[in-house]
Amino acid sequence: MPQFYGTEVRSRLLLGTARYRSPAMLAEAVRRSGTDIVTVSLRRETAGGRQGGAFFDLIRELGVRVLPNTAGCHSVSEAVLTAKMAREVFATNWIKLEVIGHHDTLQPDVFGLVEAARILAGEGFEVFPYTTDDLVVAERLVAAGCKVLMPWCAPIGSAMGPQNLPALRAMRGEFPDVPLIVDAGIGRPSHAATVMELGYDAVLLNTAVAAAADPAAMAEAFAKAIEAGHMAHGAGMLEPRDMAVPSTPIIGKAVFS
Amino acid sequence: MTVLVKGAGVAGLAAAFELSRRGIAVEVVDAAETIGAGASSYAGGMLAPYCEREAADEAVLTLGLSSADWWEEAVPGEVIRRGTLVLAAGRDSGELDRFAARTRGYEWVGGNAIGELEPDLAGRFERALFFSEEAHLDPRKAMAGLYAALVERGVRFHLGSADAPSETSYSAVVECTGAAAIATTPGLRGVRGEMLFLETSEISLSRPVRLLHPRHPLYIVPRDSHRFMIGATMIETDDDGPITARSVMEFLNAAYAVHPAFGEARLVETGVGIRPAFADNLPRVLDHDDGFAIAGMHRHGFLLAPAMARQLAERLCGAKHPPFSPNPSFRQGAIQ
Repeated sequence: MPQFYGTEVRSRLLLGTARYRSPAMLAEAVRRSGTDIVTVSLRRETAGGRQGGAFFDLIRELGVRVLPNTAGCHSVSEAVLTAKMAREVFATNWIKLEVIGHHDTLQPDVFGLVEAARILAGEGFEVFPYTTDDLVVAERLVAAGCKVLMPWCAPIGSAMGPQNLPALRAMRGEFPDVPLIVDAGIGRPSHAATVMELGYDAVLLNTAVAAAADPAAMAEAFAKAIEAGHMAHGAGMLEPRDMAVPSTPIIGKAVFS
Repeated sequence: MTVLVKGAGVAGLAAAFELSRRGIAVEVVDAAETIGAGASSYAGGMLAPYCEREAADEAVLTLGLSSADWWEEAVPGEVIRRGTLVLAAGRDSGELDRFAARTRGYEWVGGNAIGELEPDLAGRFERALFFSEEAHLDPRKAMAGLYAALVERGVRFHLGSADAPSETSYSAVVECTGAAAIATTPGLRGVRGEMLFLETSEISLSRPVRLLHPRHPLYIVPRDSHRFMIGATMIETDDDGPITARSVMEFLNAAYAVHPAFGEARLVETGVGIRPAFADNLPRVLDHDDGFAIAGMHRHGFLLAPAMARQLAERLCGAKHPPFSPNPSFRQGAIQ
């Protein structure tokens, strides 16, 4: 099973906690997904120095590991401040680092991301950076102290699925020993299976589950697809060819292959 | 038998009305000097069970269907039955399909029909969902109307801390204290809601308009005197401090997207309320030591207060020997 900063996890699915119809429905989705990591945003909930409401208690009661995130932060200082607040609220050094560069597409500000990652890693945080599929940025993040990378496969919440498979494949090839988690843009289980077939370690989902008509059933569907994609990667898949290959001899025709 | 209702927000007033119409003597107490001093005054007042179903349990729809009729009977003339219009900017058009897939009670309307429903929005949107059976009201006027009706029926109000009566002199106490119950009710949490009022005579709307957006859905509810209520955020905190700059920016930005005339509107009021909610975001009638409580109205105060008030009255009238036997713990009442 994958290890993130030395912690072995049982599930390759990480689940976001936003946008569910109710905390009860979130809890059911967490249970059905089998996940043992949920991400939680703090930026708005802790505005004005608050420690957050009872929702955070409900999150703690889920009995899974919490990966707090800096969603909604648009600058390095905001993200660093939110990470420190998260460490206090959830007593963890883990932080999913988001520094949003583009208000509309929520594309990460990769320059701010690298800077914030360096600051936080220097202060003992274990940083999970939400980044693009750019290899140079990924190298800088690793140099800044990140031991996990979380590339998008499409913009957050877009549900478009993998938009650039060669880039994701290149990242896997470039960083064979860094745990890679596809963080954003997954819309349906087949998307998750596709990136897992590339050899990715895990997938992080939120909207695709939370906004489904039946979030708990969708969570389980994703868990199965992720497991299937992972298993298929390990089993060694056939590469596509441009013509049929009969699996039994063809009577009356010589076969020269 | 005299029942004391604690809390003069929408739940308390509806409960008092429902008890009083069954011939039960009722008094209402609130620590505030005015009725509706909590989150109720900042409500949208949308009686929109179909729209709410998109992001709520089926029970919200079934319990909310008769809400507009209840309000019309309780405060005649206050319910405006012109439906709800749900819009999205062109590039977010897919959100309309997603919304439609999660509920019912709508018809698809095109650009011409949108212009017929709301002439000031003509030419601005190509596609919308129209929920013709939904209604809305002005929460402050509706609560004032309920208050007047209750006073007329002889219901005594104790408003302000100076006028607090002794609870032991009543045969039952009904707690409708909204966010104040969070600290003492297991499982109840606060969800912050922010809103603001714009005032402009440059445009008019006949009905609530919801603008879908992947991140910041909001609604605009027309009020009297050229006012528009714009809301509402849902933030998981019980912080009731002033509205944040970001929320104001998002509201104004979205209002401007609905119609640029909102850019020159006056921002005349902002408000923040804490909505009490259980983990499933559904309200409950709870058994209490000396009576009952209506708790966890979440964002459905005006939509679901009638149903909860009815449930409360049925249970209170159904109890054989009031006052009630002491019960040290809360028990959750079933949602019917």
